[in-house]
Amino acid sequence: MKDRETPIVKPNEKPAPEPPGHLTRRQFLAVSAAGAVSVFLAGCTKAGREAFFQSRFKELTGKDIDKVIARLEKEYSEKYGRAVSVSAAPAAEGVLFGYGLDLSRCIGCRRCVYACVEENNLSRDPQIQWIRVLRMNKERGVDIMESDAYYNPAQVPEPEAFYMPTACQQCRNPPCVKVCPTKATWQEPDGIVVIDYDWCIGCRCCMAACPYGARHFNWGPPTVPKDHLNAHMHYLGNRLRPRGVVEKCTFCIQRVREANGHYPACVEACPVGARKFGNLLDEQSEIRYILREKRVFIFKEDLNTQPKFYYFYAT
Amino acid sequence: MTFLRFLGGAGKLILKGNKTYYAWCAFLLALIGAGVAAYVRQMQAGLIVTHMRDSVSWAYYIGNFTFLVGVAAAAIMLVIPAYIYHWQPIKEIVILGELLAISAVIMCLLFVTVDMGHPERFWHLIPLVGILNFPRSMLAWDVVVLNLYLALNVVIVAYLLYNSFIGRAPNQSFFWPLVIFSIPFAVSIHTVTAFIYNGMIARPYWNASILAPKFLASAFCSGPAVLLILLQVLRRTTRLKIQDAAIWKIAELMAYAMAVNLFLTGAEIYKEFYSASEHLVYTRYYYLGIGEHQAIVPFAWMSLICDFGAFLLFLIPSARRNVLLLNLGCVLIYAGVYIEKGIGLLIPGFTPDTLGEIYEYTPSSTEVLVTAGIFSVGFLLYTIMLKVAVPVMLGEFKLSQLSREKAPAGAGAPAGDQVD
Repeated sequence: MKDRETPIVKPNEKPAPEPPGHLTRRQFLAVSAAGAVSVFLAGCTKAGREAFFQSRFKELTGKDIDKVIARLEKEYSEKYGRAVSVSAAPAAEGVLFGYGLDLSRCIGCRRCVYACVEENNLSRDPQIQWIRVLRMNKERGVDIMESDAYYNPAQVPEPEAFYMPTACQQCRNPPCVKVCPTKATWQEPDGIVVIDYDWCIGCRCCMAACPYGARHFNWGPPTVPKDHLNAHMHYLGNRLRPRGVVEKCTFCIQRVREANGHYPACVEACPVGARKFGNLLDEQSEIRYILREKRVFIFKEDLNTQPKFYYFYAT
Repeated sequence: MTFLRFLGGAGKLILKGNKTYYAWCAFLLALIGAGVAAYVRQMQAGLIVTHMRDSVSWAYYIGNFTFLVGVAAAAIMLVIPAYIYHWQPIKEIVILGELLAISAVIMCLLFVTVDMGHPERFWHLIPLVGILNFPRSMLAWDVVVLNLYLALNVVIVAYLLYNSFIGRAPNQSFFWPLVIFSIPFAVSIHTVTAFIYNGMIARPYWNASILAPKFLASAFCSGPAVLLILLQVLRRTTRLKIQDAAIWKIAELMAYAMAVNLFLTGAEIYKEFYSASEHLVYTRYYYLGIGEHQAIVPFAWMSLICDFGAFLLFLIPSARRNVLLLNLGCVLIYAGVYIEKGIGLLIPGFTPDTLGEIYEYTPSSTEVLVTAGIFSVGFLLYTIMLKVAVPVMLGEFKLSQLSREKAPAGAGAPAGDQVD
């Protein structure tokens, strides 16, 4: 809030008897002790203690979930000065989410990337993006090693290129879940692979295990500008993350698990309708129609990760 | 009560020493101070002060961890001939190897800790209190075997030293099973560490069955290399008798291990370059670089040259019996394997990343300082453990002596080691 530092010593004041910056050993010890005690106390507020001893989300039951949610809502609301809601909505019965991406339509505009950043409260600095659009050369086909994620032409689409957006592939057989030493990440009944940010120890095993570069680490404290905060959050999704934990795409769990579910933000943002989303267990769904009628491929098929994210060519 | 006297006497031994000892300890403490300061900075700002990023998400810390697991595992090199075959010259010094293993495992645990985003949540890993994803997660296995290996070595060493202190013969039926048990454990800590990498389908550079055997082969060179230098320092600075025969035997075993290591490296290079699939890109990045990305190429070749040079030196009996060449060989092996199991393992595994991006990693000053600090903790620990162990082994630090003289038994206390 302060624009300038308040000067400690006014210019017309007499100099202190001791040169500034010089502490006796006694003073030094006193200051250090006070500092240590205050650090200790800060870490020992009721909320701080509760956060430290909080169990894994999956182990929490009704009342405990409510308590955790209330604490988080209070913390976020205070931090951002506005009402924040954190949902803990569980997976619905008979739902298995699947995603389709039409490579013949994608124009590489990256609107999905920025819609995702806004929706999911992704850190602006350091920058985290859950969607990464790879520019490919038409003559080479899907060639990851030759792809470019930093393309920046005056206009898209470029005639010689096609674009392959990537994000978490929501594997049925997720290598990231297997390697986690604390079970801080798991696959929900509706197929979404989620992370408990309060249980993750930040060892980054999952990042080494993920073949799709879908997992991102909070190397520094994440920052979300006040006026860009999405106050509609889910515990396993877009709530504010602490530093030092891993995060990833959750198919916008805070939207798709609502009673009158919304599409993920990237699906809504796509100007050419290249992104499709739906229930794989519902034979009438658009995603099932695509699987039935279109030529579909999955990313890095040979790894047997069995993604629920399908690429296809509609035209 | 006797044990308290042992601890008291040990404390006195640790505090007494000549100028070199104090200077060495002060030097290590200064480095530890610098490391702690760097780590405090990292705790305040986050891991962003390292040069790790999403593309290269493990690097120098985990590379050092991997190397040191190998050093810890190599204590087995001494245990097998000493206890199983009762080869006397090595039996006398096997405790020094086990102390090295203890220091190395503690350094390993420190390296993992400084790499964590939330070290204060370590309790999530403790079975029953937290949730350990055992047996699914290889990292969970590593947590288990490293801690058990540490406990095992601490018990063995403490038991032997304490018995020697009170002048009692060690109880074979208690002590033998532990020793036998520690052999597969030493193999397991390095195998499990290799499996962490090996099991990752996302990283073709690691996803090769040759990885675990190569880990063991290189460990059986690097661990003894550290030890050989330490033994010579001890021989010079203490009254400990370490026979040439022991040193030469260890050097000979290292030559075989290095032969296997070089063979496996060659097999790997052949497979990658001859089949030349798209997975070649990682090996190519390591040995040849990709375009202007050449940062680790010099290290790759340096490592190969060091390994090969050391192999020749250790292979020729007259060379490994020459003090100068023997030590040169040790330094070469240490450097070669340090690169190979550190950045040579980690960085090409992540470069290019899974989506083809090349992020060229080099450690930040914070990473270097924290690493130096952790190595200093290990060396300091080893030094002070030797300060107690050596007088016990020499029979200078004994309960009977303490009772008789009522004076500190460390009068003839040896100096600590002086290498790094």
